[in-house]
Amino acid sequence: MVYLDHASSRPVDPRVLVVAGRYLREDFGNPSTLYSRGLTARTALEEARVKVARLIGAETPSCIVFTATATEANNLALVGGALRNRKMGTHVVTSAIDHISVINPMKQLQKQGFELSIAPVNSYGIIDLDALGRIVRADTVLSSINYANDEIGTIEPIHEISEIVHENGNYLHVNATAAAGTIPIDVQAEGIDLLTLSSNELYGPRGAAALYIKKGVRLQPVLPGGGQERGLRSGTENIFSVAAMGEAARLAAEEMHHESRRLTALRDALIREILAIEDAYLTGHPAQRLPNHASFRFGRIEGESILLNLDTVHDIQVATGSACTSQTLEPSHVLLAIGLKHEEAHGSVVMTLGRSNTDADIPVVVDAVEKTVQRLRAITAL
Amino acid sequence: MEEKPQIGYSKKVMDHFLNPRNVGEVEDADGIGIVGNPVCGDLMQVSIRVEDEIITEIKFKTFGCGSAIATASMVTELAEGKSLDEALEITRQDVADELEGLPPIKMHCSNLAADALHKAIEDYRQKQAKKAES
Ligand code: FES
Repeated sequence: MVYLDHASSRPVDPRVLVVAGRYLREDFGNPSTLYSRGLTARTALEEARVKVARLIGAETPSCIVFTATATEANNLALVGGALRNRKMGTHVVTSAIDHISVINPMKQLQKQGFELSIAPVNSYGIIDLDALGRIVRADTVLSSINYANDEIGTIEPIHEISEIVHENGNYLHVNATAAAGTIPIDVQAEGIDLLTLSSNELYGPRGAAALYIKKGVRLQPVLPGGGQERGLRSGTENIFSVAAMGEAARLAAEEMHHESRRLTALRDALIREILAIEDAYLTGHPAQRLPNHASFRFGRIEGESILLNLDTVHDIQVATGSACTSQTLEPSHVLLAIGLKHEEAHGSVVMTLGRSNTDADIPVVVDAVEKTVQRLRAITAL
Repeated sequence: MEEKPQIGYSKKVMDHFLNPRNVGEVEDADGIGIVGNPVCGDLMQVSIRVEDEIITEIKFKTFGCGSAIATASMVTELAEGKSLDEALEITRQDVADELEGLPPIKMHCSNLAADALHKAIEDYRQKQAKKAES
């Protein structure tokens, strides 16, 4: 088996599992209680905050608010940020390739009277900075741009984007779900006001995610209740997931340099070999891309059938942005935004590497992809 | 007994996807039907040889998902050896039923295959009519 869908789900690192187990079985206290078991949990929570803050260069651990999912963190940043700061303006901005968990909260804001603008991207998926400059204005309360795109791997020039956003507008939110733990992020140096990251992408369990909130930025809670997490995210803290996320963040920070070099080599070998197949193309930027991300499109064949064939015949798991796999039967909005035609988006295949992949996987995958493409091209009507 | 929810494709669909029958194009076909899928942009081609109103050979090609491949394969199996009138009666539902069901969102793929078959038969009949005229 070769698992190449780390963008959609990752196994929990065994070292992280040890931490999770401890807070599930022994130190399961409620951090709001005052006896020792509660204090142990409280300590774990605050330690996790320190570790997550370190991973992204946050000024203090108190800038980190834990949520259950990245979607929730995005909602808190966008809906909570726009509503709380409405007096700064009622214009919000995102990009044409941002994640659905950003786009849909933005659309909800639209219904509440906010004006939404979408910044275009070039054929590599890089934000059109000139266009962004024209879009962001004094009453732009929030702009949200993904750090790196999970479908095409492209990494955005966040620092430049931050300068543009702050020149005329107000806050910048960055969804770093795909990037955090894989490439270095420094929220202070890069001028980020709000940033989302998720536990599972760090090889932690689901059930935890975090929102970085720059000191001084005010949000309105989207989930009122018992006032946990500085009143911004009520609900009893999910200590085992949060503590595990902290440990996962610590490991990611420690191993990032080595691991990203290792994955980059695997990625480049994979890209080189797959592009040697006839009528195969890279999607996303060739160099400004996540170290673990290789995404392609194959002419004249369809992505779901490629995925099925790779899984059932070769035991290799990949993803696709083909219309045939989506609930709406529309191709991925990301692939359309980078200028692909419907039939081109049809042949999309996304491979995301991770800790379990080794050199030995590359020839296995390349051979399987060659065979799959050949078989499906023999059937195609194009 | 509790009914098991059907998740993904049936065994039969996977069998036809992995070992599609009658792939290709009939040489000097008597009728060809090509339909595009307005929903998701796929393309299906069915070609037939007809002798004495019987489909003696039928082949398909498709640019589409696993279910499009499986349904096309099934359609060719159902139609082979049938008279044109019988073949025209093959419905989208027949194809899906023979495949032991399709996920609801994939039902439109079975339309594609049956439609292409019907179009191929129409094409044959039009050609015959033209021949008769001249
Ligand atoms: S051909 Fe697109 S869903 Fe089947």
